[in-house]
Amino acid sequence: MADITLNHIRKVYPGGVEAIPGLSVDIEDGELCVLVGPSGCGKSTLLRMVAGLEEVTGGEISIGGRKVNDLEPADRDIAMVFQNYALYPHMSVYENMAYGLKNQGTPKAEIRERVNEAAGILGLADFLERKPRQLSGGQRQRVAMGRAIVRKPQVFLFDEPLSNLDAKLRMKTRVEIRDLQQRLKTTAIYVTHDQSEAMTLADKLVVMNAGRIEQVGPPIALYERPATKFVAEFIGSPPMNFIPGHAGADGVTIGEGVKLDDRPHQHGEVSVGIRPEHLVRDTAGPLSVDVRVVERLGASGNVYGWVEQTGSELVASLTDATLPQPGETMRMSVDPAMLHLFDRETGDRLD
Amino acid sequence: MRTKRVTFRHRWLPYLLVAPQIVITAVFFLWPASQAIYQSVLREDAFGLKTEFVGLANFERLFSDSAYLESFWTTIVFSALVAGLSMGIALVLAVMADRVIKSALVYRTVLIWPYAVAPAIAGVLWWFLFNPTIGIGAYAMGQLGYDWNHFQDGNDAMALIVIAAAWRQVSYNFLFFLAGLQAIPRSLIEAAAIDNAGPFKRFWSIQLPLLSPTVFFLLVVNVVYAFFETFGIVHATTGGGPGNETVILVYKVWRDAFEGLNLGSSAAQSVILMVIVIALTAIQFRYIERRVEY
Repeated sequence: MADITLNHIRKVYPGGVEAIPGLSVDIEDGELCVLVGPSGCGKSTLLRMVAGLEEVTGGEISIGGRKVNDLEPADRDIAMVFQNYALYPHMSVYENMAYGLKNQGTPKAEIRERVNEAAGILGLADFLERKPRQLSGGQRQRVAMGRAIVRKPQVFLFDEPLSNLDAKLRMKTRVEIRDLQQRLKTTAIYVTHDQSEAMTLADKLVVMNAGRIEQVGPPIALYERPATKFVAEFIGSPPMNFIPGHAGADGVTIGEGVKLDDRPHQHGEVSVGIRPEHLVRDTAGPLSVDVRVVERLGASGNVYGWVEQTGSELVASLTDATLPQPGETMRMSVDPAMLHLFDRETGDRLD
Repeated sequence: MRTKRVTFRHRWLPYLLVAPQIVITAVFFLWPASQAIYQSVLREDAFGLKTEFVGLANFERLFSDSAYLESFWTTIVFSALVAGLSMGIALVLAVMADRVIKSALVYRTVLIWPYAVAPAIAGVLWWFLFNPTIGIGAYAMGQLGYDWNHFQDGNDAMALIVIAAAWRQVSYNFLFFLAGLQAIPRSLIEAAAIDNAGPFKRFWSIQLPLLSPTVFFLLVVNVVYAFFETFGIVHATTGGGPGNETVILVYKVWRDAFEGLNLGSSAAQSVILMVIVIALTAIQFRYIERRVEY
């Protein structure tokens, strides 16, 4: 068990490319911290620096109060689950899980006990003699997890561990990982580019963009009050709609005087953010939407179209009973309290 | 899976297209091979005036000839040493080159050069280096207190041809080892590093086992090389001497035919070598097809 502190971490690759210009995060003991962001945002680099697989250009990484910058990966008391699982193909499942313990010089009897215990937790007891290539993708993923948990490390590092699984298995494994991490109470860093994985798993969510942190916090806080337009767009599915508007003394308006909120502001030109799930059909509503495509998902559905008054694209999530037909024009409204106002230039939140 | 088939409307065109390959195989392999088999059952006098059919007598004679059996043993020792030495050095170089990031291309290119040198030239090179009177290698050994003379000492002579033969083969093995090492996913090595395995342990327990198909392939290739392609090296350096200490099988084939003028026996030896190479190739194909189990 340990907390992790990243203090002004920098990464400059040979050749002068600055991947991470200086970043600080504190991860508390037992917390699952998810790093999320588009590919190339530096999240994997950051994880690999914590693992000791990538050199740290500047700043300090400490695990459990101990500075680990110059320690070998083996001396950091961490375990990592790789995207491609990195199972040793010539070793059986048992040997794969026992390898780390064997290298530590753990007594044979204890290795057997701990591997069997992990195999029991992960439902791998019947596969211990198999080679990795005789396993399915989901089983391989679990062996990789098993290899991490047998060592009882202070920190788990997950590098997109679910991206090689099919959608159904991914959901199931996501729950298993959450359950396991809560039971073991081990501090974990989890890297993903999938926002739904990030939302469901994280205690602390870190949204990254171009090597910088956009926002840190509990997932629901990021969903409710995104600090920037980038976070607003990244968190939530389907993504937030943005309509150019004006927030002045007479309230929030879009297009030619279409009023969404009566309360006065003094922001001037803004980008008005509306989550698809906060839009409702309302015959007296201010928005007029031309429906282009309707996706029916069963209980609910997504409607894609244009706001007639401004020409902006719009997505709305509606319950199945209220879904329109493609080609229809419908009126919609949104609760003024659910509007998000962003600076049009910087993308920063305004309220 | 069905492969695409090209159909020719013309009846003779396909035969015409494969003809050059068949002609080459026939002229350079089938014909000499059948000549060797034919001659191995004949006995010819030294002047070529008279030949008689003797059945398997040539073979029987060979296997009761202590000189031939000794040559067999010499060849086995020689090829084991050549394969071991060249593969060992190549593996060490490949492991180091695998870690080099800067100017890796230059490093690799330089290491590959020796392969472009013909065996006979390599032999002459090493003959000069280790010549007891003028060779700098022999001089250096003398300074270290070892009296090198491959004209007199059988072990020195064997060492010389092993070094000369292995030197050239190092490049070839290096290429394969490096390719094999680079085919091992980076994340496996990283996972092992996190799993408390130091560089040496990682090599023994992860890289080497994963390299085993390459090791096996190279073992066969190197043995074939040492058996059959090293005539030039022996001829240019020791000439089989001192005594018969470095007479390997291919060298003996040549010597018995062109110096001893015993064509029947020489042909029988060729046939035996042919059987060995066919066997090695068969083993090779069998295992390469299935890959080595890991």
